Amino acid sequence: MTPFAFHVARDCAEALSLGAASGARFIGGGTNLVDLLRQNVESASKLVDVSRLAANIHEVGNGALLVDASVKNSALAAHPMVRGRYPMLSRALLAGASAQIRNMATVGGNIMQRTRCAYFYDVDGARCNKRQPGSGCDAIGGFNRYHAILGVSNDCVATHPSDMCVALAALAALVHLVGPEGERTVPLAEFHVLPGASPQIETVLRPGEMITAIELPPATPAMANSEYRKVRDRSSYAFALVSVAAGLEVVGGKIAEARIALGGVAAKPWRATRAEAALRGLPATRANFLSAAEEELTKAQPLEGNAFKIGLVQRTTAAVLESLAGERA
Amino acid sequence: MSKLQNALVGGVRTVLGRVPASWLPGGTPDPIIQKRATLGTQQSRIDGPDKVCGAARFAAEVPMANLLHAAFVHSTIARGKIAELDVSAAEAAPGVALVMTYRNAPKMSVPPAIGITNLKAAGNHTLPVMQDAEIRWNGQAVAVILAETREQAEHAATLVRIRYNAEQSRTRFKEGKKNARTPDSILIERNRVDKGNARKKLAEAAYKIDAVYRTPWQNHNPIEPHAATIAWQDGRLIVHDATQMIHATAGSLAKVFGLKEADVFVSSPFVGGGFGAKGMWDHQILGAAAAKLAGRPVRVVLSRASMHRLVGGRTQTEQRVALGAGADGKLTALLHHGYATKPQHSICDEGFSLTGRSLYASGSFDIVQHHVDLDLLANSFMRAPGEAPGTFAIECAMDELAHQLGMDPVELRRRNIASCDPISGSPHSQSATMTAYDLGAERIGWARRAPAPRARCEGEWLVGMGCAGGTFPFARMPGTSARITLDAGGQAHVASAAHEMGMGTATVQRQHAADRLGLPLDSVSVTIGDSRLPFASFAGGSSQTASLGAAISAASGKLAAELLRLAGNDTPLAGLRASEVEFADSGLRSIEDPSRHESFASIFRRSGRNELSVTGESGAPLEMLKFSMHSTSAIFCQLRVSEVTGEIRIDRLVGAFDCGRILNAKTATSQFKGGMIMGLGMALTEETLLDERSGRIMSTSLADYHVPVHLDVPEIDVLWTDIPDPRTPMGARGIGEIGTTGVAAAVANAVFNATGTRVRDLPITLDKLASNATPEKREAISRPEFP
Repeated sequence: MTPFAFHVARDCAEALSLGAASGARFIGGGTNLVDLLRQNVESASKLVDVSRLAANIHEVGNGALLVDASVKNSALAAHPMVRGRYPMLSRALLAGASAQIRNMATVGGNIMQRTRCAYFYDVDGARCNKRQPGSGCDAIGGFNRYHAILGVSNDCVATHPSDMCVALAALAALVHLVGPEGERTVPLAEFHVLPGASPQIETVLRPGEMITAIELPPATPAMANSEYRKVRDRSSYAFALVSVAAGLEVVGGKIAEARIALGGVAAKPWRATRAEAALRGLPATRANFLSAAEEELTKAQPLEGNAFKIGLVQRTTAAVLESLAGERA
Repeated sequence: MSKLQNALVGGVRTVLGRVPASWLPGGTPDPIIQKRATLGTQQSRIDGPDKVCGAARFAAEVPMANLLHAAFVHSTIARGKIAELDVSAAEAAPGVALVMTYRNAPKMSVPPAIGITNLKAAGNHTLPVMQDAEIRWNGQAVAVILAETREQAEHAATLVRIRYNAEQSRTRFKEGKKNARTPDSILIERNRVDKGNARKKLAEAAYKIDAVYRTPWQNHNPIEPHAATIAWQDGRLIVHDATQMIHATAGSLAKVFGLKEADVFVSSPFVGGGFGAKGMWDHQILGAAAAKLAGRPVRVVLSRASMHRLVGGRTQTEQRVALGAGADGKLTALLHHGYATKPQHSICDEGFSLTGRSLYASGSFDIVQHHVDLDLLANSFMRAPGEAPGTFAIECAMDELAHQLGMDPVELRRRNIASCDPISGSPHSQSATMTAYDLGAERIGWARRAPAPRARCEGEWLVGMGCAGGTFPFARMPGTSARITLDAGGQAHVASAAHEMGMGTATVQRQHAADRLGLPLDSVSVTIGDSRLPFASFAGGSSQTASLGAAISAASGKLAAELLRLAGNDTPLAGLRASEVEFADSGLRSIEDPSRHESFASIFRRSGRNELSVTGESGAPLEMLKFSMHSTSAIFCQLRVSEVTGEIRIDRLVGAFDCGRILNAKTATSQFKGGMIMGLGMALTEETLLDERSGRIMSTSLADYHVPVHLDVPEIDVLWTDIPDPRTPMGARGIGEIGTTGVAAAVANAVFNATGTRVRDLPITLDKLASNATPEKREAISRPEFP
């Protein structure tokens, strides 16, 4: 770990001003960034602690819920409005990491966490285009069981590891940002970017910009009737092989609204818009769920280690939707 | 060496065959088997309160003034030479006191290799440690940094610049198999067994199974990392270590640094989990060398990544098992062939092929295993080495055979279980494996199991049950010694350089000594854990309890003789010989006439002595050569497999054990459960990810190397036959490793019962189940071109 200066920001303006320095990084709970610093994957000249900024969860005028970036994962998961209106989000949060980590990790930090590709972490011994652009990708041809099947490139096949973000993508959450050029909002589903030829660029965040909040849109019936299912190698403290966040509204036997996002399949939480569109107006049957999921995966490009994910995503998606349809019926 | 061992062991066995059992150690059952005072009862650990309060001091916690902290730089190639080395930036970094590389490391001898002939040797490999520019495995330590804080040392480690001249390395198992070696011996057994023309019998068999089973490299992950606090004081080397081989480490460090054995002190009163990992590896040697160069004491605490790169684990195996049987299920042929990675510089034989030699009375045997030599970190001992992967292969094959025969798997075992050693014909010292099966079957409700796969389902979950047996040999190490000091107040103190790794060594031997000496429990204390104490062999091979038990037993015999001598003639014991008295009621009495008794206090008073100290030693373990001595287990598992995802959830695990007499129900249960949980890890999650392109381990953290978490561990029931082994001290056999054997097979067999899919390749991850098999139309590609 390279030595760094550490500042605690008392308010947003101070955070922005401290964070404007070159080599400065914002730190929330530090549950990922500290690992990255210790393993020399990242270095920072200055850490700006934003974990003590406002950490509120409050309803705004139109029924949307605004969650400050410094809210802890465990607090968000336990919030009654989240549990009641967006159960998939609560369950996604609780499926992540361990209780201790959830008590430290913040919403903003969760969005900003980086891939868990082992080659990304092995600074001394492996090549990684994300860590060192142009050096090559050792995951291709190596261990890629956990890696992406959608939106991959020749340069990177890493996945985004967050559970929370998968639910946020399905909920069409907005990310509130503030930076030197002022405030803006970006849909969560557009916040992370696919690797292409520059996998070191992971988000649309501009220099000096930071996440201040996420906004959950007013709950719809499909958001309230929702679920998160994570498939992994052990029961706890393991990243998703694949995960599915889904919400469903069935009216008169026909699908009025389906919301689906997939985790563990791409460099970003993958909103399954093709599957959602395919399902609209169809009867809520297992066959329809399966074929919609298949539709989403027509462009999937598996590696030797992760081809199993294609069938796994389809069956898991269908099973989640089927259980949501059943609960509604 | 191997041929010599074969000849020696074979010769001794032949001679012993003609010697009456009563002449041997264990010839007459240990009288303590009949006395049930504290042995066999539940006793809490005497070190429990200290551990809970944080008062138990582990190796990394020993306070020392002027301490420096170590960090390691590891090689990034598997084979080659260091071409350029620049340590200037590291040396200039804040807090750095020393950067040690092969250029400035002191001259050190290669440590003597662990073996049965030298109990003071602890080397896990035969390579020089930081003596030249050669790289022999990816991850080898190439520099040691000492700094005022650990963080400074770790930072400086990242500043060392090294360029390598890489050479062609051998890191692929499949290619290594082509040049595999076939050793003469596996441990002390002849490697090749060819008895009764097994190939012909297999060809003729009405029912047969012939399959290949694979187990991966597994890494050690004790909760306490490898650690040592090391100081040189007036030419003496002081090592506060986390080790399960105190004297062997002291002896080895003496050889490495050219010291007298008495000038090396190793202390290790508590070890936070051993499992075979806590032996001597490069970190103690390098820590001592760096401390010598720096002239200051050093603390070494391996990071999880350094542990994975410097401490060997269970090696990869590929095993073919072929079984032939008649319609009655009786085995006519048992073939067990295979490969295990064992680099030329490794010491540890992963003796999976020993498993099939003791369990079943097959009509014929054809057994041999080969070593695959690769440029990798030396493999090593990991809980139930040999038998853990061996029972996976054999016990899955037995389940496959039962399915083919349409026979209950327990019944198939009943028809084949050996009544004596199937290869040598030696009698069992004690064996009641089927009693264990019956206990376990009843506890789990085996009768509820549907014989056909996929017969039970709850929602998306397929429910299955499976069973498998395990085996692990008894071992008693010669040389282990114990000193008993008895004082006039009737307090006994037992001392030995034995090891406490969480299993309850002092707790159980205190019970033993109390019963042996006829004292109440609270009149006995036990000190273990450093090299100033009487010699003890390693805590490994499930041997420590029997070895230390034998030493205490021998010491108690000497104590009786000494007390008789002190008692003289003016005593109710006058005229009795040591063999005619026993300890009872805080004194000695005649076995024939219990009324002839004199208390220790009275003997001491008359002799004018305050205390008496004697040392006894565990003698040559000839019983191991005369008898077939094995602990065995019957493991039962009930689990669920999701048809949607392939996820496996264990619902219940039952282990029934035949291990002689259980000495302390509480500590034994805990040790069995721990072993079984390790078996669950082996079955479902544990795998060292070795990138065969580079020979580099890619799973060097507990986030990447999956051991079971609490949620993965179901309700576990532990049962035992509790039948004393008349040939062992206290009637007990070791229980440290038997818990792990058979578990992976029981899980695999239950997965088959649930799903109809036979997974022969550990760990059983969800992608290996049929539902997740790659769809044909989406053939996976190895070198993809993406848009």
